[in-house]
This record gives sequence, structure tokens and C-alpha cells, in this order.
Amino acid sequence: MTPEFKLEAKKVNVYYGENHVLRDINMNIEKNSVTAFIGPSGCGKSTFLRCLNRMNDYIETFRMEGDVIIDGKDIYDRNVRVEELRKKVGMVFQKPNPFPKSIYENVVYGLKIQGITRKDELDHAAEESLKRAALWDEVKHDLKKPALALSGGQQQRLCIARTLAVQPTVILMDEPASALDPISTSKVEELIHELKSNFSILIVTHNMQQAARVSDKTAFFYLGELVEFDETRTVFTNPKHERTQNYITGRFG
Amino acid sequence: MNKTVLNRLRDVVFKYFGMACTLFGLLMLAIFIIDILIRGLGRVNWDFITGFPSYIPENSGILPAMVGTLWVLVLTAALAIPVGVAAGIYLEEYGKRNYFARLVELNIANLAGVPSIIYGLLGLEIFVRVLGMGSTLLAGACTLSLLVLPVIIVATREAIKAVPKTLREASYGLGASKWQTIWNQVLPAASGGIVTGVILALSRAVGETAPLIVVGALAFVPFVPSGPMDEFSVLPMQIFNWVSRPQEGFIINSAAAIIVLLLITFLMNGVALYLRNKWQKKVKW
Repeated sequence: MTPEFKLEAKKVNVYYGENHVLRDINMNIEKNSVTAFIGPSGCGKSTFLRCLNRMNDYIETFRMEGDVIIDGKDIYDRNVRVEELRKKVGMVFQKPNPFPKSIYENVVYGLKIQGITRKDELDHAAEESLKRAALWDEVKHDLKKPALALSGGQQQRLCIARTLAVQPTVILMDEPASALDPISTSKVEELIHELKSNFSILIVTHNMQQAARVSDKTAFFYLGELVEFDETRTVFTNPKHERTQNYITGRFG
Repeated sequence: MNKTVLNRLRDVVFKYFGMACTLFGLLMLAIFIIDILIRGLGRVNWDFITGFPSYIPENSGILPAMVGTLWVLVLTAALAIPVGVAAGIYLEEYGKRNYFARLVELNIANLAGVPSIIYGLLGLEIFVRVLGMGSTLLAGACTLSLLVLPVIIVATREAIKAVPKTLREASYGLGASKWQTIWNQVLPAASGGIVTGVILALSRAVGETAPLIVVGALAFVPFVPSGPMDEFSVLPMQIFNWVSRPQEGFIINSAAAIIVLLLITFLMNGVALYLRNKWQKKVKW
């Protein structure tokens, strides 16, 4: 039996030391959809996103209660290898963070560390991923060029290509366009729209218009709580909670 | 006098005081180097570099001591670099931040300040006597490795600490294990700092005399050491031996040997500087 939802969070509570930063988060994410996380800084949306690929494991004071279930499996289970999880749940970060290597090496890094060495296989994956990330036409002639020589927007699409190369099914994006100019931002947004048919995308954003443009569902976080989670249209036109209304109309936050 | 004028005066006074201090330091160094060059430069020639020690100053050479120094350098590097870098990686990447870790950290910093003769005594007891190495190159290199380990560990940790978190996250995010992330991303990014620290540590080892005297390096070596289990001398030992002689000729010899030793250390520092600049240019965030 296939599970009903791609991803389920059940009563997730997160603590940093004594700080209780996420309270009883319940959320179900459908397959091949885009979900936007919005809310003021420090509301816990990035922390929640990072719970979904266990990126918080490296923070020593981090402690989590509750379950995160992806494809019917608890990702915090003892038997789960975190490296395997992260192949399935890719991540794109706020600041473009390509490796100080060539464009090609960046894209195939995730495959090389899995032990794939056949050149034709790597070449094929590099081309496919760069095409899907809408970067191929711009870089196909200089794949050997250092990735850090690309523009910020290109770097971010390279980071997306690098993530796609590992063939995840879920992609987490932590404010992926906040360090980019408007043109690069719209390219990334177009990309998200195209990727939706094959991936479940969760995106943290501070940009209300962006959330409205790219997402199917929107989650509003406030002070560690999930205040509202509904169809994006509903959240933006007819929110149930006053705090959501106040936030999206810019009255605070 | 109002406050602003007073503050400005202080500023000017301190500026010239600092300048005077800097000039004083540079002047002393210049006097030392010029003095050494005047005394010794005429003696530095091929015969001196390829010659063996002798009771006649004019016939003496530094070949055994120089080869000994190079042996010690290579052996110390081979022993201290893997251990020091591995310890640095462990402490920075794997070690938990708890009370014990802070204790270890503090003690490593302290070890870097322990007088080198203490390391000599430790080496004499452990390597020369208990492990039965005798007064060999290997025992000397082991002792100097202990001496420079703290410096290498601290340099490695600092270099690793400077690698941005975003680089690690990118690697982890693609499914890399901790070791893959360290090996493929962190170490290459930190290599400039690590190499610089290693070379500075080794140039310190090259100049050490006291611990090697204790371990039993010879003052008079009429042969070139050919393996780690040979007895040996090093340049600082040779210099120390010559300056304690009454004859003027040996004083000149020691000045000449100092020039050679200085050249070796300057060369090493130059390489460290070059590598650091090269790596810094390559890796930018």
C-alpha cells in the first residue's frame, strides 16, 4: 500500500538546549506539490525544513520529539542511514554554495561520492541535470570553468542541478532566491514551477509574492507554531487566523 | 589643555613610540645578520658545505651536520604531520564540546609553550632508553615530533575552523558522509592553513638544539648518516660546538654555518608564504 502522503510530520517538537523552538507541528505534504513556509524571522520555519533531511543533527544542543515520515518511513528511526535519506531529500541553501571546483565537478559530486566513476554515466547525468536546472545552454561550452566564476543566479541554479543529479524525490529550499537579483529570482521561480511535476518541493521564503506565485499550499509559522496551513489561494485571500492576515498584509513581521 | 588635544597628543606619542619599537627590533635583526654575513660569508664555499668536521678550522665542513638536519627534517615531518593533522581533524570535527575537550584543548596550547629541553628529557627516557633506539636520528626525530605536534594540531584546527559551514552543508546535503565531506571539501579548503602551520613548525624543529643535545646528538661526526638508525649531528649542534671553541677560525666557521641554517629556514618560510598565497587565491567565498 502506498502511503497517502509523501511526507508527514507528527507532533514535531524541537528544542535547542532549553529553547523550545517548534511546538507540536503536524503537517501532511502531497506528492509533486510545492509548499511554501512563511513567517517572521525566528519563527522556526527554517528549523522545521532542516528537520526534514536531518540537517540539524550537527547542532549539539538540538533535540527533537515526534515523527517525520517520508514515503511511509520514519526518517529518525535508528536504522535509517542519514546519507541515504539526504539522497532522497535534497536541499538548496539560502546563499549559493557551490564547491570551489569546476562546474562539472559540482554537478557530479553527489554521484562520485556514491562510488559512480563511469565517465559516460557521469557525463550523461551532468548534462541532464544542467538541462533540468535551465543552465545547460549557458555553460555547456565551459563545464571545466570554476563554478565560483559564475554569477550568483547561475551559481544557485548550479546548486539546484547538483541536487537534481542525485535524483531526490523531495527538494528542500531555504530562501533560495533571497540572495539573487529579480531576474535570477524569476528564473529560479520558473524552475520550481517546472520541477513540480516530478518533485515534492518545500520552500522557505520571506517574499509573500513569491510564496503566492510558486506554491500550491502555504504554511504560516509564528513563534514556533504552525498557525495556518492551507491552499495558497485560501491563505492569501481568506486566511482563517487574524495573525496570518496581519502578516501577509505586512502589518507586522 | 582640553580633552581632544590631549587625546590627539597621546595618539601621536604612541604612534612614534610604536614606530621606535618596530625600528629597534628591525635594527637588532639587521645588526645580527650583517655581523654574521661579514664574519661568515667568506667562509661559505663548496668545500665548506661538502667537507667533514676537523680539528683544523680551515679544513672543517658541515656536510654531516647538514645532511643530519635534512634527515631530521624529513623524519620529523613524516612522523609529526600525519599524527598532528589527524589529531587536529579529530578534535575539530569529531570531538564533542564538553569539559574533557576543553581540558585537552587547554593542555595542547600549554604544551606548545613547554621549554624544548623538557621534551629532550622526555625523548631521552622514552625513545633512547625505554624503546632502546639509542642516540639515533630516529630518536631525535621522534623527540622533535613531540615538540612540534602541538603547533601542527593548533594550526590544523584553526585552518579547519575557517572553512565555512555552508561548504560542509552543501556536501552533507548531497548525501556525503562525514569522512567524505572532510576528505573532499574541508581538507582541500583548509590545506593552505595546514601547510603553512606545518612548515612553520618544521622550521622551528630545524633550529632546535637543546632537545637534541639531551637525546645525544654528537658534536663531532666524521661520517654522513645514511639511515634513521645512524648517529648524527645537526647544524645547530655544529654551530654550538664551534662557538664554544677558543680558536678564531671556528668562530668564523660557526658564522658560516649560521648563514646556511638561516638560508634553510628562510627558504622554508618562503615556501610557506608562497603556498598560503597560492591557496588563498584559489579558494574564495
